[in-house]
Amino acid sequence: MSQLSLISSIPTPQALRIAKLQRVQDFLFHGITQFFALTVLIALLGIIVSLIINAWPALHKFGIGFFFTDEWDIINGEFGGLIAIYGTLATSLIALLIAVPLSFGIAVFLTELCPGPLRRPLGTAVELLAAVPSIIYGMFGLFIFAPIFAEYIQPALAATLGQIPGLGILFSGAFNGIGILCAGLILAMMVLPFIASVMRDVFEIVPPVLKESAYGIGCTTWEVVRNVVLPYTKAGVIGGVMLGLGRALGETMAVTFVIGNAHRLSASLFAPGNSIASTLANEFGEAELGPHYSSLFALGLALFMITFIVLAIAKWMLISMEKKQGLKT
Amino acid sequence: MKTMFDLNKIDSQGGGMDAAHTESELVAINALEVRNLNFYYGSFQGLNNINLDIEQGKVTAFIGPSGCGKSTLLRTLNRMYDLYPGQRAEGEINFYGQNILDANQDLNLLRSRIGMVFQKPTPFPMSIYENIAFGVRLYERLSRSEMDERVEWALNKAALWNEAKDKLNQSGLSLSGGQQQRLCIARGVAVKPSVILLDEPTSALDPISTGKIEELINELKHEYTIAIVTHNMQQAARVSDYTAYMYLGSLIEFGKTDEIFIKPKRKETEDYITGRFG
Amino acid sequence: MNNLSNINPAVFAKRKRANKIGLILSTVAMGLGMLFLLWILSILFIKGFSSLSPSIFVESTPAPGSDGGGLSNAIVGSLLLVGCCTLISTPIGVLAGLYLSEYGDRSKVASITRFVTDIMLSAPSIVIGLFVYALVVAQVRHFSGWAGTIALALIAIPVVVRTTENMLRLVPGSLREAAYALGTPKWKVAFMITLRAAQSGVITGILLALARVSGETAPLLFTALNNQFFSTNMNAPMANLPVVIFQFAMSPYDNWVDLAWAAALLITFAVLGLNILARVVFREKVQG
Repeated sequence: MSQLSLISSIPTPQALRIAKLQRVQDFLFHGITQFFALTVLIALLGIIVSLIINAWPALHKFGIGFFFTDEWDIINGEFGGLIAIYGTLATSLIALLIAVPLSFGIAVFLTELCPGPLRRPLGTAVELLAAVPSIIYGMFGLFIFAPIFAEYIQPALAATLGQIPGLGILFSGAFNGIGILCAGLILAMMVLPFIASVMRDVFEIVPPVLKESAYGIGCTTWEVVRNVVLPYTKAGVIGGVMLGLGRALGETMAVTFVIGNAHRLSASLFAPGNSIASTLANEFGEAELGPHYSSLFALGLALFMITFIVLAIAKWMLISMEKKQGLKT
Repeated sequence: MKTMFDLNKIDSQGGGMDAAHTESELVAINALEVRNLNFYYGSFQGLNNINLDIEQGKVTAFIGPSGCGKSTLLRTLNRMYDLYPGQRAEGEINFYGQNILDANQDLNLLRSRIGMVFQKPTPFPMSIYENIAFGVRLYERLSRSEMDERVEWALNKAALWNEAKDKLNQSGLSLSGGQQQRLCIARGVAVKPSVILLDEPTSALDPISTGKIEELINELKHEYTIAIVTHNMQQAARVSDYTAYMYLGSLIEFGKTDEIFIKPKRKETEDYITGRFG
Repeated sequence: MNNLSNINPAVFAKRKRANKIGLILSTVAMGLGMLFLLWILSILFIKGFSSLSPSIFVESTPAPGSDGGGLSNAIVGSLLLVGCCTLISTPIGVLAGLYLSEYGDRSKVASITRFVTDIMLSAPSIVIGLFVYALVVAQVRHFSGWAGTIALALIAIPVVVRTTENMLRLVPGSLREAAYALGTPKWKVAFMITLRAAQSGVITGILLALARVSGETAPLLFTALNNQFFSTNMNAPMANLPVVIFQFAMSPYDNWVDLAWAAALLITFAVLGLNILARVVFREKVQG
C-alpha cells in the first residue's frame, strides 16, 4: 500500500506528453485572446488615423480656423465647421437641459417612491425605451412632433419667453417646426431613458444602511436623496450625464430628420441648422473627392475628438465612484 | 523539461522495498518534506521558516486559530498560490525527493498528482458523470467502459455511488451540499493522485455529512497520503495520525496526534487545545 | 414629558413641504417619461400596423413613383448583415472578453483595452461608417454588404467584450481553483469551466449586441448603402431596413412613407424582442 502512493506520484509518459502539449496550447490561448483584445485598440487607432489622413487636405487648406468658420459653400469649395459644430453642441445642450432633471426625477421615483410590485416592470420599461432605435425617434419627430411643435408650442414660446428682452432672440423667427430647438427636444426624448437608467443603477448602489440611518433620525425622503444619495453617487451621476452627452453628440438619425438641413448660423433656436452628424448623413453619399470630401472628414474628426474627451471624462468619473465603494483597488 | 520524478532516486528508495521490512515504523517514507519554507503575500510574510514532514499513507492535520497560516501552508503544497501575482514562496518542498518549488516544475502535472478539495463544494457546471470524467480525461485516455468503471469506482470511494448511480446525467448542482462535497472528493480521487489536500472540507456542511466525510478520510488514508486543515480540533483528533499546531505563520508544534492532544510539549499548544484562547 | 416639544413647527412644516414638492416633481417626471414612451410606441404601432400587409414580405422595394411594393429585399438584407456581423463579432468579442477576465489583472494591455472598449461602446456610429468607407469602400470603389458588416461588427464587438468580461468575472474564483487543482490547463479552465458557467450571461450579451446593431442606420449609410432590388450578394450594395427608412421617410411618395413606417415597426419589434429574449434567457439560467 505504501508503494501505491509512491508510484502514483510518478506521471506516466502519456501524461508527460500531454503536459507538454498543454503548455503549447496555453501559450496559443494567451496569444490568440490577447490578439483579439488588441483588435479593439487597433480599431480605435485606425479610426483616428484614417480620419486625420482623410481630413488633412481640408485642414491644410483652411487651417485650424476651419472649425470657427461659418461657411459651407459646396459650389465654390469653401467650407467651415462652425455651423455644424454649433448645431451639434446646441442640440446636445438643449437635450441635456431637459433630459437631466427629468432623468433625475425618474431615478428618484424608481428607487424611492415606486411601490414594490411596480418597480421591476417600470424599470424594465425605461430600459426598453433606451433600446428603441433612434431612427424611430427621428420619424416620430418629423411626422408627429414637428407639426404639433409648429402649431402650438412655438407660438406659445414666442409669446412668453420670446418677449423677454435678451432671451427673446432665441425664440424669434418663423414657426417651421423643424429646427435646432425641435431637434434638441427629440434628442432629449431619446437620451432621457438612457440617462435615467444609468442614474437609477447608480442610485441603487447606495448601501441601504446609509439611507436607513438618515431616515432613522427623521429625515424626509427628499432630504435623504439630497443629503445622502446624491453626495454618495455624485461621481456616478456626473459620469452618467456625460455618457448621455456622448450619446447625444454623436446621434445621427434622431436629429437629421428634424434639424432642417440648412447651412446657416442663426441666433434663433427656431431656425433650421445642421449638426455634424446630420451634415455627414445628408452629404457624404454624394460628396466628390476634394475639399467637400475632406471637409466632411474634418467634421467627423472633430465629432470623434469631442466625443472621445467627453466619454473619457465620464469613464474616469465612474471609475472613481467604483473605487470609492472598494469595488476596484 | 524536468520530469516530476528522478529515476535514480526510485532505486535508492525502492531499496527499502525489497529488503525484509515489515510495516511502516522502520521506514517512514515522507510523501512531502517541507524545508525552510517562507511565504509572502506581497510584503507581508504569511509563513515563517516552516519545517515538517508529511508521511505517506497517513493523515496529517493542521490546526490553529484563524490567520495562523494553515491554509496558506496547504496551498503551497500544490502551488495553488501561483495563480495569484504577488504571492510567492521561498524554500523547498520535496515531493518524493523532487523540489516542487523549482521554477521548472510543471504545475498542471504537479496538481494532477497532488489533489485538493476545498471548503466550499464546487461542482463543475456539468453532469455528475462529467464532473468526474473531466479530471480523468485530462491525462488519461480511457474507453467508454473504462471511464464508466472509473466513475463508479470513484463514487464508491466517496460513498456517493448508491445515491448518485441513477442520476449520473443530472447536473452536479442538483445534489445537496454534503453530496456535492463528496462529489468533489470523488472527483479528486478519480485521477488517482498520491496526495490529497483537504482545506476545511466539512466546515460548510451539516453534522451528518461531516461524519460521513470523516469516515471517508479514515478509509482513504490507506491508499493516499492526506493532509487536512481544520479549525475543528475534535475533528483533527478524530481523523488524523499527525497534527501540526500553527500560530501566526509559524509551526509551534508537530507530532503524533495522541501526543499533541494528551501531552503537548509547548504551552502555546496546550493553551489552544484547552480552549484558553482562539 | 412630551419630547416633541422642542421641534420648531415652522421648520418642520417647511421641510415637509419641500419633501412633498420634490416627490411630486419626481412623480411628474416619471409620468412624463412614461407618456413619451406610450406616445411614441403607440404612433409607431398605429402607423406601422396600418402599413403592414403580406406584400411587405414578398415584394421588394418599389422604384420612385411606382405604386405598391414591399420590404422583402430589405428584410433579407438586414438579416444577412446582422447575421454576418454576429458571426464575426461573437468569436472576437468572446475571446477578447476572455483575455480581459482571465489575464486582465496582471496586464497593462488589459486595462487600456478595457478603457478603449468603453469609449468605443458609445462612439458616434456615423464616424465608424466614415472609417469603414475610407478603409474598404474607397479602396474597392464600390459599396458592399461586407463593408456594412464590418461597420456593424465594430459597434457590436465592444458590447460583447464588455458583457463577456463582466459575466466571466462573476464566476466565483473557487470554481476556477477547483479546476486548476485537478491539473487543468488554463485554456481548458477558461473554456470548459468558466465560460460554461457564465454561458447564459455571455449569450445575453450577444443578444444585446444583436439588438443594438439591428437598429443602427448611420454606419450602413456609406458602407452597405441600399439596394432597390432583391440581392443576396454581399459584395454589392445590400438593401436593409434602416437605410430604407432613411431614404423613404423624407420622400414625397406616400407609399414610400408607409413602407418606412412598416419598416420602423419591424425593426422595433426585432430590437425589443431581442432585448426581452436576452432578459428572459438570463433570468431563467440564473434561477435554474
